[in-house]
Amino acid sequence: MWMFIGRRALATIPVMLVVAFVVFMILRLSPGDPATVIAGDYASSADIERIRAQLGLNEPIAVQFFTWIGRLVRGDLGISIFSNLPVTQLIGQRLEPTMLLTLTTVVFSVLIAVPMGAIAAWKAGSWIDRSVMVFAVLGFSIPVFVLGYFLVYGFSMQLKWLPVQGFRSPADGLWPFVRHITLPTLTLSAFYIALVARITRASVLEVLEEDYIRTARAKGQVESRVLLVHALRNAAVPIVTVIGLGIAVLIGGVVVTESVYNIPGLGRLVVDAILKRDYPIIQGLILFFSFLYILLNLLIDIVYTLIDPRIRY
Amino acid sequence: MSFTRRTFVGGALATPFIASLPRAARAAGSVLRVIPHADLKNIDPIWTTAYITRNHGYLVFDTLFAMDETLTPRPQMVDTWTVSDDRLTWTFTLRDGLAWHDGPPVTAEDCVASLKRWGKRDGMGQKLMQYTASLEAKDAKTFVLKLEKPFGLVLDAIGKISSNVPFMMPKRLAETDPFQQIPEVIGSGPFRFVKEEWVPGSKVVYAKNEKYVPRKEPASAAAGGKIAKVDRVEWLYIPDPTTAMNALISGEVDYYEQVPGDLAPLVAQSPGITVEVLDPLGSQGMLRFNHLLKPFDKAEIRRAVIAAVDQEKFLQAGVGNPDFYKKCESYFPCGSPLESDAGLDMVRPGGIERAKKMLADAGYDGTKVVLMQPSDIPITSAFSLVAAETMRAIGMPVEVQAMDWSTITSRRAKKDPVDQGGWNVFHTWWIGGDLVNPIAAVGLSGGGDKAWFGWPNDAKIEELRDKFAFSSSAEEQKALGREIQKRAIEIGTHANVGTFFVPCGYRENVKGLIKSPVQFFWNVSV
Repeated sequence: MWMFIGRRALATIPVMLVVAFVVFMILRLSPGDPATVIAGDYASSADIERIRAQLGLNEPIAVQFFTWIGRLVRGDLGISIFSNLPVTQLIGQRLEPTMLLTLTTVVFSVLIAVPMGAIAAWKAGSWIDRSVMVFAVLGFSIPVFVLGYFLVYGFSMQLKWLPVQGFRSPADGLWPFVRHITLPTLTLSAFYIALVARITRASVLEVLEEDYIRTARAKGQVESRVLLVHALRNAAVPIVTVIGLGIAVLIGGVVVTESVYNIPGLGRLVVDAILKRDYPIIQGLILFFSFLYILLNLLIDIVYTLIDPRIRY
Repeated sequence: MSFTRRTFVGGALATPFIASLPRAARAAGSVLRVIPHADLKNIDPIWTTAYITRNHGYLVFDTLFAMDETLTPRPQMVDTWTVSDDRLTWTFTLRDGLAWHDGPPVTAEDCVASLKRWGKRDGMGQKLMQYTASLEAKDAKTFVLKLEKPFGLVLDAIGKISSNVPFMMPKRLAETDPFQQIPEVIGSGPFRFVKEEWVPGSKVVYAKNEKYVPRKEPASAAAGGKIAKVDRVEWLYIPDPTTAMNALISGEVDYYEQVPGDLAPLVAQSPGITVEVLDPLGSQGMLRFNHLLKPFDKAEIRRAVIAAVDQEKFLQAGVGNPDFYKKCESYFPCGSPLESDAGLDMVRPGGIERAKKMLADAGYDGTKVVLMQPSDIPITSAFSLVAAETMRAIGMPVEVQAMDWSTITSRRAKKDPVDQGGWNVFHTWWIGGDLVNPIAAVGLSGGGDKAWFGWPNDAKIEELRDKFAFSSSAEEQKALGREIQKRAIEIGTHANVGTFFVPCGYRENVKGLIKSPVQFFWNVSV
């Protein structure tokens, strides 16, 4: 196992280099220039050129790239062109809301979706199964922002049970944290539950046809044990894969939810940076996401070995 | 070491909570919670012209002079000043009690360095510095400005209300290259910037400056006594307008700086909330031509498009709610001292038929117009669509190219032909405070290569603007303003597509808001 982890760690380096090159080139070849945004409405052409020189944007592309790589190797993701703050600090500020929202969504969704999907598979063809499928379709179909607005209207504006927006760290109190994270979690979980429930149902349905399930029943196992111990565990690999992919999306791609609930997360940070052409943030964040995704894939592969003893590296 | 499921799951679940160690509780006090119109991305109001950074600047910095509600410059940090008979020597003395947030007193040397830095970036500042022979500190509280020529807008320049505002900074910060940001925010204003609580894109916090000594006059726009009546001002940037509206209605915030026009009726209906326009001058939409490229290299063709502009259509599309717009053909804001109808007879009464005839008379050859549409700014995005339809209606083929504003700021700086990345027209807007005189109004420059994007080249308008800069009487300025507007329409610097107002929304606990083109947070209590 440790050899496997070591090999994967080494393989990270060329992958990150390719990502670094691609994101760097895409940014440099895209229209837009941070110097003109910085220079503002009163700037002359000379002002813009001066800013470009200060930002190093007039250097040859290769020089810019290797200068950046040199800083990366030292762990320096650069300084934001606009806020003048280190990119690592900006990521650090946004990491907690993103990670906690991801965690609560994943935990909540898995706790609901896996049993839901397993029961749907167990009662395939029944009203329970159809209800789960209807819920899954709704979960896929309703746009996140629509669901978000509905939840805010109901629970915040009418019932006044929960706040409209914002994020509170657990460091500021557990109850404020729970109150603020509840609606965003419910909003994001709808799609996630729908996805995981369907995958779980499909995977468990397939496993329930296996010989060892018939054997377990023949040996007198209670149905709940057949389902939870024999079927679900053997169906877990694709479920874990989907959960892992979902985590990746939650970390960097939930800008709509972050906007609706005003959560200062990584999704909004990257979109704002793209609109402003804040190259250091965009480059630093994409690399950070890439590293996280690589780590996530490794963790998923490790989890496979925990749930399926046949899988060994 | 064995890698058990229990180890893995336990570690994973514990990590986020371990990272969230308890923080010390904040001291209690009155807090004004504001939803600002934009996110504060940078903190140096000389380095950027962004209005949000200007508003930030007004909280933490102070100015030598400031505009009151009649747009007259009044002393702010300055106690007394004298002008020599030949109007070439200006001597300013600072008032007592001014100190930086980190303790030392404000000195004349700080002010000299700050003015010089501002003068390298700001249009009016550059004009002032162009005619400055020397700017030096005489003693700890006095500095002297010596001019080569009697520049008539000295106080208007150093008291200008909008970007770039000549904020005063400690000398060590003011000596920062004006094309680089200051490394820290230390001002002498009524509030301090609490950097450790700044989360770019989310939250900015200002704490009351207990040592600030306000003037005794009542607050009037940017002038008068700046009394901090709350202990903290918190800016909570909420990008989604519906969420911002809900936050105001539910009481999670006190003040919403710019309520979208379509949401304003909903907000106004909510109990305990007032929706109000605080900016008497409003904002003016502009359709800017590229004077270097066909078809807009001819003034007659530019005038034809100006004649075709129906402000009502633009404003309906861009703003919608007639409570928040008005037709104003003057190139200087309606309600400002230079408002006039000079030159309008060249393009009014306008309309499609007259514009078609003007286009034909100008010998228009059918060259396509490329219009850059800012897809991420709703009002100018809507203006762009109306502009395209208007130009098509008078016989001009138009290609609308949608792109985000950042791309537009990059592309509008290009003078290349359209097929090499150039452009013909784009929309933008300015707050009225930026247009109150022809020096501040960069769109009126005829300086060719040195003019604002679009590059009108007209010696006559430049001569008039220079005359304005050296005029000292209101009557003379009014007359020159009329001539400048007439010339601007004659050469077709740009089209004015109308005036709109953006209301604010605030809860009943908020008192003391100041009517002004710029939103200020002193004098406000909760």
